[in-house]
This record gives sequence, C-alpha cells and structure tokens, in this order.
Amino acid sequence: MVSHDASLPQPAPALVIGAGGRRPRLRLHEIWEYRELLYFFVWRDVKVRYKQTVLGAAWAVLQPAMSAVVFTVFFGRLAGVPSDGVPYPLFAYAGLVVWTFFAQGVSQAGNSLIGSANLITKVYFPRMVVPAASVLSGLVDLAVATPVLVLLMIGYGVRPGLAMLMVPAVLVLALATAIGVALWLSALTVEYRDVRYVVPFVVQLWLFVTPVIYPASQVRPLLASHGLPAWLLGLNPMAGVVEGFRWAVLGTPTAPWPLLAASALFAAAILTSGAYYFRAVERSFADVV
Amino acid sequence: MSRPAIRAAGLGKQYRIGERQPYKSLRESIMRALSGGSRRRSRGARELIWALRDVSFAVDAGEVVGIIGRNGAGKSTLLKILSRITEPTEGRAELFGRVGSLLDVGTGFHPELTGRENIFLNGAILGMRRAEIESKFDEIVAFAEVEKFIDTPVKHYSSGMYLRLAFAVAAHLEPEILLVDEVLAVGDVEFQKKCLGKMGEVARGGRTVLFVSHNLPAVRSLCSRGIVLAQGRVAFDGPAGDAVEAYLSRLADTAGGEDGTLRFVRRAAPSATAADSGFAVERVEVLDESGAVRRTLCTGDYACFRITFHSPEAVEKGGVELGIHTLDGVRLIQYSTRPVSDFELSFAPGQNVVECELPRFPLAAGSYVLAVALTRPGMEWLFVDDHFGVLDVLGRAIEAGGVAVTASRCLLVTEHRWRLPGPPPPQGR
Repeated sequence: MVSHDASLPQPAPALVIGAGGRRPRLRLHEIWEYRELLYFFVWRDVKVRYKQTVLGAAWAVLQPAMSAVVFTVFFGRLAGVPSDGVPYPLFAYAGLVVWTFFAQGVSQAGNSLIGSANLITKVYFPRMVVPAASVLSGLVDLAVATPVLVLLMIGYGVRPGLAMLMVPAVLVLALATAIGVALWLSALTVEYRDVRYVVPFVVQLWLFVTPVIYPASQVRPLLASHGLPAWLLGLNPMAGVVEGFRWAVLGTPTAPWPLLAASALFAAAILTSGAYYFRAVERSFADVV
Repeated sequence: MSRPAIRAAGLGKQYRIGERQPYKSLRESIMRALSGGSRRRSRGARELIWALRDVSFAVDAGEVVGIIGRNGAGKSTLLKILSRITEPTEGRAELFGRVGSLLDVGTGFHPELTGRENIFLNGAILGMRRAEIESKFDEIVAFAEVEKFIDTPVKHYSSGMYLRLAFAVAAHLEPEILLVDEVLAVGDVEFQKKCLGKMGEVARGGRTVLFVSHNLPAVRSLCSRGIVLAQGRVAFDGPAGDAVEAYLSRLADTAGGEDGTLRFVRRAAPSATAADSGFAVERVEVLDESGAVRRTLCTGDYACFRITFHSPEAVEKGGVELGIHTLDGVRLIQYSTRPVSDFELSFAPGQNVVECELPRFPLAAGSYVLAVALTRPGMEWLFVDDHFGVLDVLGRAIEAGGVAVTASRCLLVTEHRWRLPGPPPPQGR
C-alpha cells in the first residue's frame, strides 16, 4: 500500500491542547455540550440535601418563613417599617423567598469548587458547571417555598395583576445575578482561600442594602435629597430583583421600570465579567485547588 | 493505513513546589500589589520544577501504549494534560477523536446516593450521555455484581463492592481514545483479572489506549508499545517488551551507593502530588550483623533492611511495608509492620527509621524489584513505590553440595535437611 503519504488530506484534530493564550475565551457552546452533566449536578445537590436533612424539603419553606416572622415582629411591628400597602408578613415573605434563593445559591457556590476538588483534579468538564449547578439547585427550593406565598396571598386577599406576567423575567434576572456573583466568588475562593470566610459576611451585609426588610420607596427620598436618580439603587441588581418580584407578584404600586432596567444592566455586567474572570483563572484550578 | 490518534509536540509542565500553600492569600497579593510586584521575581525561579519537559510522541489509532516510569517521572502529569485537567506550560497536543479519561475510579461517587443513582452521576461525569448510560445500565450492574444492592446507598457498600461498581461504570465508557491511570491497582486479584480482561477487550476493539501502569506484566501483555518516562522526559519509546526491559535496566542503575554499597535512594524529584502529601521513603539500606551497610547480598546471608522515610506529621499506628517482587511483578515477599507482624510503630514528624531483620535471606541469585510503602490504619496508602529499586542477589552455596542456586532454577532457597527414613520403629509391645 502506498496510500499513506503527505498528499492525503489529514483529518483535523477533534481537540487541540496547548498552553493557553493571554485572552480567555468564553466557549459557551461547551457548557451547552455538558448540559446533561449540569443537570446531574443539580439533581445530585437537591437529592443529597433533601436526603441528609431530617426536615428535607421543609427547610426550603422554614428558612424564609422564620425570617419573615422575625422581621414582621421587629421591623413591621416594633420599628413600624412601611410595606407599600401590603401586609408586612406577606411583604417580607415575598422578598425573602427570592433573597433566600440568591443568598443560598451564592454561599453554596462559593465553596463549590473546593468541595469538588476530587472531581476537578481527575476529570475534565467546563468548571463553570459546578457553581452554576449550586445556584440552579436553589430553584427547587424556590419552587417549594412558592405555595406558601400563594397561601399567604389568598389569606390576606391579595390579588396579582397583569404585572404577574413579569415574574419569569424577574426570575431570569435573579438567576443571572446569582450566577454572576457565584462565578466571581467561586473562582476567587480557589485563588484566595480567605474569601470563603468573607462570603457569609458579605451576604449578610448585602441583605441590608437590598430592599427586603424595607421597601425601595423608603430609600428614594434619601437618594433624591442628594440629587441622585432613583435607578441608582439598581447598582445592586438584587434591589431590582426583590422590588420587581414584589411588584409582579403582590402588585405593589411601585412600577420599578427604571430600577429593573438598571439592575438588568448591572447584572449583565457582573455575569459577563464573572464569566471572563472565571475562564481566566480556571486553567490553573486543578493545580491549585 | 494508519490514522493518527494523538500527536504531542514538546509538551512541558512546570510546577511551583516548596510553597506550603499553592494558593495565594489575599493579604500576600495585596502586599505584593502595594510593593510594586517586585517580590515575585526575586523568589521565583528556584521553586519551579519541570514535571514534564519536551515530551513528543505520536500514537496511531488502535495502538495500545503503556507509559511506565518511577513515581514522579511525569506519567500522571502527562495524562492530566492529555485529559485537559491541567494546561501544559509549553508545547501542544492534538487528539483525534472523543477522549475518555480514567484517572481514578469512582470519581464523584456520592455516599448518600444509591448504586443506581451513582451509576448515572458517575457516567455523566465521565462524559457519557444519559441515553448511553441507560442502554448499558444492566450490563454495568451485572459486571459489578451488585444487582441486589443497586438501590442501597453506596455508603453501605463494602469497599470491594464500591470498587467493582466504580470500575464497572468506567469500563463501559466507550471513547475513541482512552486514557487510563493505575486504576487496575485496586481490588482483589479476581477483580483485577476481570479488569485486565476488559482492558484487553477494549484494546482488541480497535480503540486507542494510553495506559499508565506499574503492573509491568500487564503492560507487556496488553500494550503493543511502551514509553518510558524518566524525570519528565521520554527515555525510551518502542515495543512494549523492550520498554519494560529498558525501564528495568534504568532501575538497576539506581542500585548501589556511590561507594559501592547496597543502598537504594529515591532519586527522582518528588512529583507534585507526592510533595503535597509529604510522605516519602527516602532510602533503603541493607545492613550486615555488625550494622555496616552491605556491599553485596548473597542467598542465605543475614540481612537487615533499614528503611528511612519522611513523615510530615505524627501518625499513630503507621505501617511500613517492604516487598520483593520478581522483574515480572510476581510478589514473592511482603513484610509489613502491621497487620502481618503487628509491630507497634508510630511515625514522628520528620525523619523516621525502621529496620526489618531477615536471619537468612531466602532468595536465589538474581535480580529482584524492591517495593516500599507507608500506610495508615484502614488501608490508607500514604506512600507507595512498587519499583523503588532493583536488588541484585549474588549466589552462594548454602548447602554442602557447593551449588549456588540461581533464579533460573528456582526463586526460594531455604534451610533444609535430607535424610533417609530411620529404622522402622520396633513392632510389637
């Protein structure tokens, strides 16, 4: 056989490995290829969480519910924080449901890469799948906590309006924000181990700068008195998420369009920068983790 | 006609060693930024080692290549680069086809999940599609022999069942290029045979396999070609049998101290992983009755193996194992402080020394491979080197006939007496 010579067209390699260039590429198609793995990670997280705890799924309801009770007593009754014309318990619970999704997802994602060290040093897959799965598994908790919200609304006789149609959009915003922050924190935690001690603290502070306990309408006069526009609150995308969620579900008369727009913009910025930062440091994960 | 499967050109990987923590602390980074980043340059260079350097080779589709070398020679680093777990510092590699890598068994197994759930999870992690796992599910369960316990959480499995299940999933991975690291070194002998059989099947199935192993007979029988790595470079590349010979002859070079005494020193730079755990056998010496290091060891000699090792921490009930294998990997002798001898030994942080005395060395003249290991209760391996060095035993007649028994005749020589049966014991009362 004389067939094997240089003139034959050589097949292109399916995969080329080389020392990485300076500029990271997002390679989003790769995440799509590994979507089944993402699904299995989410599935594992949910399954294990519900298996290991005695109360199982009840936790997903208890956490925001207990916080809502405490907030109602201290902020609603004692401090007399207003609630945009909605009964305070309902106001607090609605805010806490989305806030808990964010806080849990971000906290868990922060440690997720280190927790998966044995995987990362043994198998290749796009590392973004790990923190993303941590956040996505929170959607199940969110779904579990929602019926209680509906019951509360029926109990207080609050009817949602047309704004209800915006709920999916607000949830996408919540997801984008959570994944963006999760990418930053998980990658930073691998690089700098101190970050994991900072995360709970940051999340706690974040709760207070987000209109969960109080309505955004309380902050507007403060901003206005300094000559600042109200949408500036959207620098914290979670402000738009929480405020937008309450507006969409409870029909609070806030019409937070500028806030939502600003939040969406900044969430996109966090997500994009997080993804690029993650990709840039990802190549050394296996050596460092 | 041959089709390429893997082409590696000038692959190199540099690691930073010696730092207590590989990751940075935030404070250090901030300080560095404040001081203008000058510190990095001043420390640098000395702490960098090349775990792999200038490695080039090409593998055709359907070839089964064994990669052999001592601990720290760069075998695992090479597989990690080819399986994209870590990026090379220099060079490039091209892979033609779907790659599957098995650097560990049971990667991602979760103790709380059942066998069934873990099959799906592990399969997905190894890169199988869900439909693919479903179609092979029964086969996997049968291979692992765990039908009865498939819906039991794996935390209740025995370690044998756990390994069987883990390997079964891995064995049913069907990539075009398979990268395998040492996975066959687990489990009981029966199961190892089964795994080797499966590997053989994979090989005959026309897929490309890159197989890192310490099991030299397995490399010889399964692989068509062998690549010997030494200190991060390709030391030999050729037919598997020749590669094994080349490897053993390199090992033999390490026998003997500079002064001609019988001494084995761990010569290769510790690999990054070994450096992390910090447990290492540094040297093995053979002493005579007076405690002097022997120059030669003959059959029937008094031999005291002095093992010097490093432990980064105090270990209660640590175990030291000394093994002697034939060049073919047949385990002839295995001495262990525990559980076999039940010798109480605790490791102190730093250097430790323990001795194992053999009143009469029982092996016939020939070359053998010395293996050492450090363990901790619960069968946890702290350090394993199955090819620590080659031990040359000289022949000496220990019996009156004056014939020195060599390994070509038989391997074991022990003290014995021949006699004729004595007069029959008196009959009657």
